[in-house]
Amino acid sequence: MKQLMKGNEAIAEAAVRGGCRAFFGYPITPQNEIPEYMSFRMSEVGGVFLQAESEIAAINMVYGAAGSGARAMTSSSSPGISLKQEGISYICGADLPCVIVNMVRGGPGLGGILPAQSDYFQAVKGGGHGDYHMLVYGPSTVQEAVNIMYDAFDKADKYRLPVMLLGDGMLGQIMEAVELPEMKDVNSFPKKKWATDGSGIGADRRVINSLFIDPDSLEKQNHSLFSKYELLKRNETQYEEYMTEDAEYILVAYGTVARVCRSAVDILRERGIKAGLFRPVTLFPYPTNRLYQIADKEELKYFLSVELSMGQMVEDLKLAVNGKKKVKFFGKVGGNVMSPEEIVDNLVSKIEEN
Amino acid sequence: MEILYKKSRMLTDTPLSYCPGCTHGIVHKLLAETLEEIGAEGNVIGIAPVGCSVFAYKFFNCDMQQVAHGRAPACATGIKRCNPDKIVFAYQGDGDIASIGIAEIIHAAARGENITVIFINNAIYGMTGGQMAPTTLLGQKTTTTPYGRVVGINGNPIRLCEMIATLDGPCFVSRVSVSDPVNVRKAKKAIKKGFENQINKKGFSLIEVLSTCPTNWHMNPVQSLNYVKNEMTKIFPLGVFKDCQEGN
Repeated sequence: MKQLMKGNEAIAEAAVRGGCRAFFGYPITPQNEIPEYMSFRMSEVGGVFLQAESEIAAINMVYGAAGSGARAMTSSSSPGISLKQEGISYICGADLPCVIVNMVRGGPGLGGILPAQSDYFQAVKGGGHGDYHMLVYGPSTVQEAVNIMYDAFDKADKYRLPVMLLGDGMLGQIMEAVELPEMKDVNSFPKKKWATDGSGIGADRRVINSLFIDPDSLEKQNHSLFSKYELLKRNETQYEEYMTEDAEYILVAYGTVARVCRSAVDILRERGIKAGLFRPVTLFPYPTNRLYQIADKEELKYFLSVELSMGQMVEDLKLAVNGKKKVKFFGKVGGNVMSPEEIVDNLVSKIEEN
Repeated sequence: MEILYKKSRMLTDTPLSYCPGCTHGIVHKLLAETLEEIGAEGNVIGIAPVGCSVFAYKFFNCDMQQVAHGRAPACATGIKRCNPDKIVFAYQGDGDIASIGIAEIIHAAARGENITVIFINNAIYGMTGGQMAPTTLLGQKTTTTPYGRVVGINGNPIRLCEMIATLDGPCFVSRVSVSDPVNVRKAKKAIKKGFENQINKKGFSLIEVLSTCPTNWHMNPVQSLNYVKNEMTKIFPLGVFKDCQEGN
């Protein structure tokens, strides 16, 4: 049965049903409904909820909890996610699984609270110090966010890395009808033999650590991390295409913007302009191979990356297309979201430029 | 042959990485003995900080987590909340606990987290080569206070135990030293009390241990122990600052 839910609350409930039993957070708009929801929901399911003294403390609580085997998560928004970067780097360095929600707001600095995609680089290129990545999703609807969150802990555990759900205030605050999945049985999850649950002694003791003082060991650890990312590229890359089959112009957008782009494609098609939409669902791994393939299509004139940033994802798009086709950019920032008509006008003006 | 003395089972066979004359080794021994005596074997998770004791995860024979600089109390909170029946301890130095991680220790104490924190105060950043610590004494020369710590420029040393003891959350806050056999025995008692409190679910315990750093103090081990006894204890008096079982 579908029910009407606010994005943030639906995401929180999906996390609970996906097995989350520990939540550590700190207030920041526009994600406050997640910790608020978890504050009562965790006690209902026998989990742990704690409002930390800072985002820094919260991510390190996640580190401890995840390291001891718990399905742990935190959520925040841009400035708070910046504060978590040190902890995220340690979590990646120590091969720990966890889930992080970033309801992105405009920046830099304190910025604003309205929708933005200006943390794309931070999310997909690492964000903290060192060579690492997370599995990053950019859901477009509340239902999609729910579905992703439901399986996020399984993915995090499988690869032993953080999964980030990259949303924005629009996704967090919008109310949509959602179908919630069944509660997963927490006793059915695979046992984590590497976790420091306290039982270790002698040769069986476990160490959670990101320090590799010997250069060969650190090099090995870096290669080990990147072999996981190769698996992600092979197994987890997700995207959606809408009317790309015969498209002369392909809009590339994720999250909130992809929804607006879909309407723009409909308007363009009505006007006889063959437009399509390519929507990456995973932002890391980026659907590079598919875009490289699409770029070979003879009728395709160019890609247009549409983002709520000054141009971040467009760089990954250009790398994917590798010069085979032109890649153009249209962005709005500051919390302003473009209308379908603005996208249509931008695309048409770019056609006329040529 | 009768065995008169043996190394605690709670220490691994890995050689300690500490400098000659450093008292980390003594505290490791006291901590390991305590863990053994309270029956923590196979039921305990320790946290290694950033600093000289960063390698503590190699030395204690139990599950260990190494954590970011200053964040051990937050990490310990995460572990303990998810594993309330396990014994959890954090081992931190002065820079870790009283400078970069002061927010984490204050809030863990204020929440009364049921954990035991061992705080090694040697008034200097040892691992990085002897820079000024939050607990560096006035007049003390370090690589970043080459003329000695001066109030107007570098501020005053922080007395963490006294600060933490003002909070309602913590159960046991004590400062001890390992500068001579009598004080070593007292330190052991305090550490043990910290763990017994945790077992009895009394809440947060902090045991500060005044320690030496002969290498960065440019002293020999004997001079260092005397420095603790004669100079450090003037600024950092030994004693119990809070004990929930004593009603204060």
